[in-house]
Amino acid sequence: MSKTMEPDLHEPAAGTSRPSSQKEWKHPSDHWMRGFILDNRASLGTLGVFIIMMAVFMVANPTVFTTWYLYRSVLTTLPVALFVVVPLVFVVTCGEIDLSFPATMGFASWVFALVVQAGYDPFLGIIAALITGLLLGFLVGSLVVYGGLSSLIATLGMNFLLRGLIQIINEGKSMALTSLADSWAYTIFSGELMGIPVQIFWAIGFVVLSAMLYNRHRFGAQVRVVGDNPDSAQQMGIDVKRVRVKVFVLVGIGAAIAGTFSVMINFTWWPTAGDGYLLPVLASVFVGGTPTWGGIGTVVGGAIGAVTVSFIQTGVVAAGLSGFYVQFFNGLIIILSLLGHKWNQARYR
Amino acid sequence: MAERIIELRDISKSYGQVYALGGVNLSVDRGEVVGLIGDNGAGKSTLIKILSGVVKPTSGEILVRGKPVTGWSAARSRDAGIETVFQDRALAVQQTIVRNIFMGRELTGFMGFLKVNKEVEEASRLMREIGFTSKVFTPHSIVGQLSGGERQGVAIARAIYKQAELIILDEPTTALSLTETAKVFHFVRQVRASGRSILFIGHNIHHVFDIADRFVVMDRGKVALTADRSEVKSAEDLINFMEDVAHPGGLAGLHDAGDAEQRAR
Repeated sequence: MSKTMEPDLHEPAAGTSRPSSQKEWKHPSDHWMRGFILDNRASLGTLGVFIIMMAVFMVANPTVFTTWYLYRSVLTTLPVALFVVVPLVFVVTCGEIDLSFPATMGFASWVFALVVQAGYDPFLGIIAALITGLLLGFLVGSLVVYGGLSSLIATLGMNFLLRGLIQIINEGKSMALTSLADSWAYTIFSGELMGIPVQIFWAIGFVVLSAMLYNRHRFGAQVRVVGDNPDSAQQMGIDVKRVRVKVFVLVGIGAAIAGTFSVMINFTWWPTAGDGYLLPVLASVFVGGTPTWGGIGTVVGGAIGAVTVSFIQTGVVAAGLSGFYVQFFNGLIIILSLLGHKWNQARYR
Repeated sequence: MAERIIELRDISKSYGQVYALGGVNLSVDRGEVVGLIGDNGAGKSTLIKILSGVVKPTSGEILVRGKPVTGWSAARSRDAGIETVFQDRALAVQQTIVRNIFMGRELTGFMGFLKVNKEVEEASRLMREIGFTSKVFTPHSIVGQLSGGERQGVAIARAIYKQAELIILDEPTTALSLTETAKVFHFVRQVRASGRSILFIGHNIHHVFDIADRFVVMDRGKVALTADRSEVKSAEDLINFMEDVAHPGGLAGLHDAGDAEQRAR
């Protein structure tokens, strides 16, 4: 709270104001280092949690945590989560929530699988999946925004509805896509580069682009303002409904990418594709330091949150504890992070 | 005659069965300060919301510089050079001063990315211009950390950024200290001197009387009086008129009734 302030009573009334110089705007927190820490306190806090957690794991089992294999397995699955965590940061900042993304992942990757199975190029499948995700995002967003429904309940309903549709049509059957392994699309999106799963590079690119969109783009600025005070945003001429629909579309696109990546990793599409991501992804957003009340958030923090959450499961097992401990530690990390963020960020009204 | 910035013709607004405005005519000319007064529930707020495009009138016509407008909205209103400082200031308190000043009108360059440096420069220039400078806050400060007067400064800075032709001030002096009120008054005179117009809405009739060139008194959704400054001798005149409108027969009648009641006991 070093940026607290007092009204400057010594300033003469505007009528007689002396020529003010640029210098008056300087503030101790303008120093780049302090400014950086203040602006990024949420994501830095998340990074701190992650580092402490990893340190504990390393002390518990140094041999496993220094082998590359462990990190490789995390780097293979983590990108899938990143593609949905990041758009969800936008949604939560906008004051909404989207619980329909697992079904969108399943639906879009189903379209991808159908196109690939029909013998078309996987690139075509990716485009089809993206369009599917975009349309589903638009559908869910319109339902919430123009239907005036609670996003919590409406998106939960859409999740069941879409998943149910997938199950009804496929009758629980999965699709094996063995031809994927020889395709160009696989090499580009799911191959390896210097022993590192290539999808993590795509995910990092996505995070960086989204962070720029969030912090340095008109869209991000309007998302934050709408989440902060929708009435004011409307009074200032922002099309609040359109901004809200757009964030749901963004989740749809992210979910489509995530679903496609998950199919490419496994060469198989399951009717349950995406289901397991609901809770870890939501946890990542909040562990990352985006508060529930809207208006502020952090894309980079959300990404670090996703890394933290993916390491919990791997870490607990690798540290020598049985799998029964995973849920306990998941909960512990979430609660500790929330307490940390509560202490770390003030809420202004 | 001065150019007519905006004119409302026979504007009505109803919420279901309830009439908030019933046939209001109002105009603001270039370079004048119009004081809008009226009791609670007189329809002032609704009128402002219509002018700023937040609420659409049920019927009636809006003319900007003599031309009727269609598809009136908040964005259209701002594009037409009408800026509103709302009573609640309409600020996003978790955002920085810069983000609030450029709310809905972000300075963007390549592919919609923000021109951050330009925005910060402009924001500090604006804040200096209206005298809301301080050693303790910067354009990057969060609005939630500012005092009431400083927040008002941010709202006003946002209103003057685009050289608006008409600035609507909705109860700008409510909850402000004396020095802060003085700043607002100085600002109003500055704007008039620069040839722009102000619609000043106030509860405090003395404040409005001090600053306005023309008075519009509203009562129960209608304009009860429009008077030039030369026609009104003192603030008391306005107060008396408002009481007359609100209680036909005069307050004296009320007193008599009270006395009669007391006598009856």
